[in-house]
Amino acid sequence: MSKNSVLILGGASDIGMATAHRFAESGHPIQLAARNVSRLEAAKTDLSVRHNVAVELLELDVLDDAQCDGFVASLETLPETVVCVIGFMGDQSESETNAPAARTVMRSNYEGPACLMAHFANAFVARGNGSLVGVSSVAGERGRASNYVYGSAKAGFTAFLSGLRNRVTKQNVHVVTVLPGFVNTRMTEGMDLPAKLLAQPSDVGNAIFNAVEKQKNVVYTLPIWRLVMFVITHIPEFIFKKTSL
Amino acid sequence: MRLSGWGRFPVVDTDVSRPRDTLGMTEALSREGTIAHGMGRGYGDCALGTEHTLITQHLNHVISFDDTTGVLVAEAGMTLADVIKCFLPRGWFPAVTPGTKYVTLGGMIAADVHGKNHHRDGSMAACVLWIDVLTPDGHVHRCSPEHEQELFNFTLGGMGLTGVILRASIRLQRVESGWIDQTTVPAANFRDAMAVFERSADHTYSVAWIDCLSRGASLGRSLVMLGEHAPVSALGPAEHADRYAMTVRKKKSVPVDFPRFALNKWSVTAFNTLYYHLGSRQPAQRLVPWDSYFYPLDAILGWNKIYGRKGFVQFQCVLPLAESERGINALLDAISNAGAGSFLAVLKRMGQGRNDGIAFPMEGYTLALDFPATPSNLKLVARLNQLTADHGGRIYLAKDAVMQASQFHNMDARSERLRAFRAQRDLHNRVASIQSRRLEL
Repeated sequence: MSKNSVLILGGASDIGMATAHRFAESGHPIQLAARNVSRLEAAKTDLSVRHNVAVELLELDVLDDAQCDGFVASLETLPETVVCVIGFMGDQSESETNAPAARTVMRSNYEGPACLMAHFANAFVARGNGSLVGVSSVAGERGRASNYVYGSAKAGFTAFLSGLRNRVTKQNVHVVTVLPGFVNTRMTEGMDLPAKLLAQPSDVGNAIFNAVEKQKNVVYTLPIWRLVMFVITHIPEFIFKKTSL
Repeated sequence: MRLSGWGRFPVVDTDVSRPRDTLGMTEALSREGTIAHGMGRGYGDCALGTEHTLITQHLNHVISFDDTTGVLVAEAGMTLADVIKCFLPRGWFPAVTPGTKYVTLGGMIAADVHGKNHHRDGSMAACVLWIDVLTPDGHVHRCSPEHEQELFNFTLGGMGLTGVILRASIRLQRVESGWIDQTTVPAANFRDAMAVFERSADHTYSVAWIDCLSRGASLGRSLVMLGEHAPVSALGPAEHADRYAMTVRKKKSVPVDFPRFALNKWSVTAFNTLYYHLGSRQPAQRLVPWDSYFYPLDAILGWNKIYGRKGFVQFQCVLPLAESERGINALLDAISNAGAGSFLAVLKRMGQGRNDGIAFPMEGYTLALDFPATPSNLKLVARLNQLTADHGGRIYLAKDAVMQASQFHNMDARSERLRAFRAQRDLHNRVASIQSRRLEL
């Protein structure tokens, strides 16, 4: 049962944790990277006792450029798979008027994750294999008044992943883009979301696991989102600009 | 938000919080009228706070597991399904399990659940080594049979009314496989079924499905299902290939609420007759996976919807051994006369209960069944509660949604002690469910 390890960037999040459990269940050692990572001690014990795998905690702040650029080199073992679930929704109305707040959202969802993925992609290309999973968002498929600052950064991340996939696919490195839709997490707690469109973190964890196993390119967690986003991206702009979605 | 138990009756308005750590728990419990809520499988109003309901789902970490003794330490929000998923493949199974695996450890302790092995192995209390209970003053009390004994006794079966169960240490049992060697014994009536139970006391597991609409000479006809954990030597090649029976079977789910007319005495009678005859005809002995032996209804997600959107009430009583035959016949008569049958009525012989605390089990027979929550059925359940009291029995608080305070206090003299315990610790308004208010605890 000695499988290769899976690194979760943003391991403290609900989706990150669910993904870690899914891979650990199949016997993969887990590395969790997050800010103030010592708060994950209980989660570490839980993962390792439940699934009988080794679990390592790594400190990582996506807004710390020096840390991000030195991160791959700092790892004792280069993982087989990297899953990036780092994301920060912020407060849209604050992001509209407060440039530093908007910048934090943009950097947390695009710049930081994209640069991390770039470092890992280069290391995987050098090694000759590996899988990279980027959790982006359906919010990046079309900008909407209610969350376009977050959405635009996710759009950038989605485009980055698509380009990266195109670049490294010939070098035996696989890139997955995940568009989860609404997920029942800390980020959406208290929001009134339609149950039919709401996935559980474990659904996303399963989707990511399957996407890596089956080498899928772009996955939605719930199939219905493919349809929802098809409709949303095809509404003519002169109508779309008047809607409040 | 609007919240209900598994029976979807009653539905109440309550604030809800889902704390992520002990600190969050402490803050949440500082609010008056709070009760803990796990998977919401209590049927009635036991896990609905009078003001505020504290959902424990995020406190579900495993803290330690000892592979040599089977002792698990985990947070109270961990589900039994997860316990089985993690530890059955290593040869460990819950020592006591209720009829669904979608319960939390905290819920199992709060209800002091019993399983099909109660006659031999006792209730949940028998496998709990210690419990950490958080009280509204922010203290965490580690209680056990040796330490803070009174708190321990009232927490097991106390329906969350002693505080919030944060974590516990429980003992699992060693098993050689995930297969159950099941023997089905048809019984023509209740007396027959009792005879089967009495001569099957050595079997690890026993439970009966009972047809509560049959009348006359076949009043109480049943299928008694006995079970043993199958040793590896008893497995055939197919079972051997899946030693712990962990292969996930596809689950069905009930997509919509059934209309109320779908369940009536004719449809239930037809179902029961068919079920009895099919059950009598299947091979008397066979190997079945743990999941279908212990948790047949878990295979149908959302089965509570078959009772329609107005919900249902569950009735479960236990009668002392000496009164069991007379009492159960009286209950079955009342049900049969009302023509209000349920698909799955369950009968089981219980072993010794615990007199300390407030837990449900006592030596005798327990009967459980459910009815759509119509006005006439609510009256029927009140009548069944009274019959239970008349025969010296008890009502299971994890199921109850309608019992009156006076009925409860008359039925169970121990309730006064729980009330005094709560008053003395100033818990009666601070840790309170709709049920505890109704029962004046």
